[in-house]
Amino acid sequence: MSTLPATPTAALDGILQRHGHYPTELLQILIEAQDLEGWLPAPTLTYLAQALHIPRSRVEGVAGFYSFLYTQPVGRYRVLFSDNITDRMLGNTELMDALCRKLWIEPGKLSEDGLVSITTTSCTGLCDQGPGMLVNGRAIGQLTHRRINEIAEMIRQQRPLDLWPAEYFQISDNIRRKDSLLNLDMKPGAALSAVVEMGREGWLQEVQKSNLRGRGGAGFATAVKWASARNAAGEPKVIVCNADEGEPGTFKDRVLLNSYADLVFEGMTLAAWAVGASEGFLYLRGEYRYLLPLLEAVLARRREAGLLGRHILHEPCFDFDIRIHLGAGAYVCGEETALIESLEGKRGTPRIRPPFPVTKGYLGRPTVVNNVETLAKTCLIALGGGEAFAASGTAQSAGTKLLSISGDCAEPGIYEYPFGVPIARILEDCGASDTQAVQVGGAAGVCLAGYEFQRRIAYEDVPTAGAFMIFDGTRDLFDVARAFVHFFAHESCGFCTPCRVGTSLLQGFMDKLADGHGAKADLADIDWLDRLLKNASHCGLGSAAPNPVIDTLQKFRPAYERRLVSLDFEPAFDLDAALAEARQLTARDDPGAHLQTHEEEEK
Amino acid sequence: MTKQFLLDGQPVPFEDGQTILEAARKAGHYIPSLCWHQDFPPHGSCKLCIVKAAGRHVSACATPAKEGWEVESNTPEMNGERRGLLQMLFVEGNHFCPSCEKSGNCELQALGYEYEMLTPRFRHFFPERPVDASHPDMLLDFNRCIFCELCVRASRDVDGKSVFALTGRGIHKHLTVNAESGRLADTDFSKDDLAARICPVGVILPKGRGFAVPIGERTFDTETIRSKTLKEEES
Repeated sequence: MSTLPATPTAALDGILQRHGHYPTELLQILIEAQDLEGWLPAPTLTYLAQALHIPRSRVEGVAGFYSFLYTQPVGRYRVLFSDNITDRMLGNTELMDALCRKLWIEPGKLSEDGLVSITTTSCTGLCDQGPGMLVNGRAIGQLTHRRINEIAEMIRQQRPLDLWPAEYFQISDNIRRKDSLLNLDMKPGAALSAVVEMGREGWLQEVQKSNLRGRGGAGFATAVKWASARNAAGEPKVIVCNADEGEPGTFKDRVLLNSYADLVFEGMTLAAWAVGASEGFLYLRGEYRYLLPLLEAVLARRREAGLLGRHILHEPCFDFDIRIHLGAGAYVCGEETALIESLEGKRGTPRIRPPFPVTKGYLGRPTVVNNVETLAKTCLIALGGGEAFAASGTAQSAGTKLLSISGDCAEPGIYEYPFGVPIARILEDCGASDTQAVQVGGAAGVCLAGYEFQRRIAYEDVPTAGAFMIFDGTRDLFDVARAFVHFFAHESCGFCTPCRVGTSLLQGFMDKLADGHGAKADLADIDWLDRLLKNASHCGLGSAAPNPVIDTLQKFRPAYERRLVSLDFEPAFDLDAALAEARQLTARDDPGAHLQTHEEEEK
Repeated sequence: MTKQFLLDGQPVPFEDGQTILEAARKAGHYIPSLCWHQDFPPHGSCKLCIVKAAGRHVSACATPAKEGWEVESNTPEMNGERRGLLQMLFVEGNHFCPSCEKSGNCELQALGYEYEMLTPRFRHFFPERPVDASHPDMLLDFNRCIFCELCVRASRDVDGKSVFALTGRGIHKHLTVNAESGRLADTDFSKDDLAARICPVGVILPKGRGFAVPIGERTFDTETIRSKTLKEEES
């Protein structure tokens, strides 16, 4: 232990103080404590546990859960390559290899001088300007070999991030098509004034008339959710904005938060008015931490303007404020009960439901969890009325939908369409040609083949949280499915048996096929695993995990069959691959260091 | 009039708030479980108690029974899924029954027999999980952990110590103890804790006692887990 630096207790005390020594703030405290040394040494965890009067085992449990918290040393420059399939299609693998070679390190390992560590991370929401990376939490897009060369040089020179070229950190909105929401130019507070005039009951009725449904994908009626929370016993009630936009291929919330934050915060306040809530949280995914200063500034401005805090718009019984909680690299926290656990400073494990958050959510209180886009949309209803909102879109899917479009097309970015738009129309607008397939709704969504492009974006046809990834004729849909399977295995929280083990087994089977050892029997096992995951998982992550495989097996089966050796059974064990470590240790790669396979011997 | 649902075609009476599992066992029908314990709230992680209620898969331990439901449990389909879940639990850890002190008293092993698990079916993960023998009275063999969290819950909610917790995520999730050193000896764990005798498998074992009862004469050697569970329910 003596080699560890002395725990900077004064700095830790400051962090604890700022968070009122509340154990519910544990995740936020750990994130800030990590900023001190870049990682969380064991004595730091012990110190925090003692100061918060909670068991150390709980602190360790939380620190071990989140991908962006480190209980082992990482580099002073911590480079994370975004590893969505769209990043891979833009060559992120090659770029990461190049950077590793230039800096003489292996992926996932810390350089001997502690300067740099490089590895991959799940989709960072830069698919429209990939390949993307995070360097010490700051996002860089549009990576090229030239940028990689420059980055390697700046890391070697230990240049502080603030002195890196500013254009590296410029993230564009790339808004390509605007409709009612993105065209809305609202003076902050205008929607709030309108609903205060309507009264709480009148406002809720407008939302009901609008037929607004949740934009996070599930499509639950917003008015029903709000009314349930309003009628539930328990105070103070809570409004949570789910900005844990982790679904691979989705980035519309990034744009809404970057350029329409007032609409989002106003939407939260509108929800608070309807529900009678006084506490609000924006749960911001760790990948978007770079948006934090901007968002805090908007919140400060709104407090100043009397749009947050006590007696909002001089209403005697309207108190509401918003705090921003950061996530730390856990896709599962997009599931609303896992998100609430995380807000309470715990491991992001989904709860048993019922009870649902509207009756027992954050700290057991009635809690509304809404998507960023859903909340922004409520401003339209407040200003234009429920009926006008319901008039656009389709009968079951009112209003518009933001799509995050990426992959093989000329103009990736944000497109806002009224619900009911056909896939083919979207493909035409974004300049996609020779399209083989579209993955709608992210890894958990649905893979559509050419014969389905007349289907429409709507809850009743192709529902989506907003991801829209395009694959042209040159892409191998097996690789796409395999990338998503790896994603789910990495992001499984590990709570239930089927998801914890099943996603890893599925990954093993997909890798076996990719390595050229697949047999027909494997496809049967994959099929069986798909069904078990779908049926037996504890939450939506596990039941959605097999979706990419189910769809591509059904629609692009030749992509799998091409990889099978024509046998009923083929062992996964590869004698030659088992010698890889020996070859590395002896620095040999000559023919004599390889085992011939039996087929080759026969020739 | 009491409410009832149908379990594999047989009427099962229940009271409001009772789960499918509780009502079924009370009525003499066996639904298997590993992470469920009558003294704790439902956990719902092992999924061995999975049943099909009104056409949907649910955890029987965590789902309140509903009037008129048709529940499928002891069917080839559900038992096939249970066998698959058991195979998953076997391959993700390191389970070597012949050399395990818990053999014959182990619920995982007993369920393997009950659901006729003849092969592991899947590739073994062979995780590296070092044994912790630091404590004078108790041994921790993490190789056999199935993440039921019974020790976590017992230590936290009954013993008031929080000796155990889970850390890591996904397939890398693992049990840890409440000490900076990571050693059980540096916690306030005692062999008299409830957590010391609640493990359904062979992770938490007393030291200084080995094979006191010969294999072949142990709990599940003489009686199936199904009949033992139902007998306990009656008494």
